[in-house]
Amino acid sequence: MSKYTEDDLREELKTKEYEYGFYTDIESDTFPIGLNEDIVRAISKKKEEPEWMTQWRLEAFKSWKEMIEPEWANVHYHKPDFQAIAYYSAPKAVDPNKTLDDVDPDLLAMYKKLGISVDEQKKMNNVAMDIVVDSVSVATTFKKTLGEKGIIFMSISEAIKEHPELVKKYLGTVVPRKDNFYAALNSAVFSDGSFCYIPKGVRCPMELSTYFRINQAGTGQFERTLLIADEGSYVSYLEGCTAPSRDENQLHAAVVELIALDNAEIKYSTVQNWYPGNAEGKGGVYNFVTKRGLCETNAKISWTQVETGSAVTWKYPSCILKGDNSIGEFYSIAVTNNYQQADTGTKMIHLGKNTKSTIISKGISAGKSQNSYRGLVQINSRADNARNFSQCDSLLMGNDCGAHTFPYIEVKNKSAQIEHEATTSKIGEDQIFYCNQRGIDTEKAIALIVNGFSKDVLNKLPMEFAVEAQKLLEISLEGSVG
Amino acid sequence: MLKIKNLHASVEDKTILRGINLEVKAGEVHAIMGPNGSGKSTLASVIAGKEEYEATEGEIIFEGQNIDELAAEERAHKGIFLSFQYPVEIPGVSVTNFMKTAINATRKAKGLDDMPAKEMLKLIREKSELLEIDRKFLSRSLNQGFSGGEKKRNEIFQMAILEPKLAILDETDSGLDIDALRIVANGVNKLKSKDNAVIIITHYQRLLDYIIPDFVHVIHNGKIVKSGGKELAHELEEKGYDWIKEEVNA
Repeated sequence: MSKYTEDDLREELKTKEYEYGFYTDIESDTFPIGLNEDIVRAISKKKEEPEWMTQWRLEAFKSWKEMIEPEWANVHYHKPDFQAIAYYSAPKAVDPNKTLDDVDPDLLAMYKKLGISVDEQKKMNNVAMDIVVDSVSVATTFKKTLGEKGIIFMSISEAIKEHPELVKKYLGTVVPRKDNFYAALNSAVFSDGSFCYIPKGVRCPMELSTYFRINQAGTGQFERTLLIADEGSYVSYLEGCTAPSRDENQLHAAVVELIALDNAEIKYSTVQNWYPGNAEGKGGVYNFVTKRGLCETNAKISWTQVETGSAVTWKYPSCILKGDNSIGEFYSIAVTNNYQQADTGTKMIHLGKNTKSTIISKGISAGKSQNSYRGLVQINSRADNARNFSQCDSLLMGNDCGAHTFPYIEVKNKSAQIEHEATTSKIGEDQIFYCNQRGIDTEKAIALIVNGFSKDVLNKLPMEFAVEAQKLLEISLEGSVG
Repeated sequence: MLKIKNLHASVEDKTILRGINLEVKAGEVHAIMGPNGSGKSTLASVIAGKEEYEATEGEIIFEGQNIDELAAEERAHKGIFLSFQYPVEIPGVSVTNFMKTAINATRKAKGLDDMPAKEMLKLIREKSELLEIDRKFLSRSLNQGFSGGEKKRNEIFQMAILEPKLAILDETDSGLDIDALRIVANGVNKLKSKDNAVIIITHYQRLLDYIIPDFVHVIHNGKIVKSGGKELAHELEEKGYDWIKEEVNA
């Protein structure tokens, strides 16, 4: 066999891109705006889905038509016109003529601060890649290692075709199609997303992140993630673009479902950094996401999120503690600056006996932003000896922002133990002067104070993610004082 | 090293300093004493560059440069250190992390790279021994839950690490028991050299038994009304401040 050089590989990759139609005219691959049954069918057909999937979507669409947008969140915005959105667009094509010089210099400056490599920058901006080789070979290595363990990790579209039995069994079981307005919409029109299955007793040997990032580049507004950890398995999953995505899309309505079967453990970490809008509050993404996990006996699900982006965030990663002795955790840092609004928190539904949940929420508000924690702890009658500990801390910067806490506690079993702690503090001038006096400038002082405030949650993130998250906190709050 | 000429300063339009004159040379220890509300702590804050304090008249010259326009951190980079009367808490930031940030911020201002971890470890170990600080203490959140004595000891520990040219100790003795006072004073004495200077702001003579001043100044009503040698401190301890007030008003 002749030597397979990097040039050969590059050549092959180029061909692959053609194969996948990356260079086809983008116009012809975008559906007309608006939403009706035909569009739903067309999406399903475009993705070559089996009939059961098409029907599944149509039913979701039927429910959605009857539903109204929720208004209970502490956020104010112009509601999107759902008939003015195009619901299917092919993955963004690589433009061979585009170079980094065409990209917004502000954005590049931010990438530099985040320490994102030039290649990654190019990828994120749909610039033609010349050194795609590394990433692709890495992905291939991953796939091989995962494959040996029987781990399935692929796009949900692929999974619908290749593992219909798993998708059919679990899709919509944790977040039903009728769960809420955005979940119904997502169920009808989801474009793509990720599917992951960890077989019985398997410990996933790596954090599923890099691959995800590559895999997800250019997916649309309605992502769908389904993650199943079979009995006794373990997986740590990292989601999100750790670089600012200046996305023109106004609406992101994703659904994530996690299923942890008996004795399984899932750690799900998110860094959300969509475009927050400009300093005057114009533009930015509406991030309306439904995330929920189901724990069977002795299972554990940990949600960790760092939310710094989006103009409006509406997101409550939750755990249904169905099995006895199951554990749910929610660790969150939500930063809002300028005119951003976040209404985020969790729901811990205790159904099984001896179930435990922990909630640690850190909200940081600056500028004219509003930051709300909203959380439900529900102990059902069968859930003997359930325990919950909640801690909600808010940090305010300046005088024009707001921090709100809406804890809901419903207890139907007398043996439950519930603790709730909440604090609100403000970064004081004295703290800043103290740092200044030790030679630390104000910007760095704020970063230090904010990182200290967020430490309990940052510690829960995988190491490399934590470093990026720290930098992100600094960047999000730049210029917020003085 | 430090020359203060006719310094007037106010906070929120309230005049507190009304013409301070003071010269501190390298190798000297100055004590500034005075009754409560005389302007002692204000003087410390103005020298350190606290924003809310406005120098309305006069000038502060440090190492030949007027520092009036410099931000607090720039003054710190030049070697001015203030040991706070009430050190603030920073939850979640360990003493070590705080010191690391401070050291590297100062190094960056001087165009130096971050201090290598090994060197930093050595420095912190050395200085914590000097102040008889337990290793566990270094991992605690800055000043959070510290006793009065621990807070002050931590201030002098920071001073030992940052090695300032001019250290201003603002009521460092308040809240210290006798053992802690000895440790703190001992630390300051060991750090003293012919190249640096110390200003001790205090209400009482106590600390001055341990750190012997070359000069003692008495502030009253925003002005230095009396200066002398270390015996002046003893005189104040004996007679209180009233005779000074009378002398001024006479």
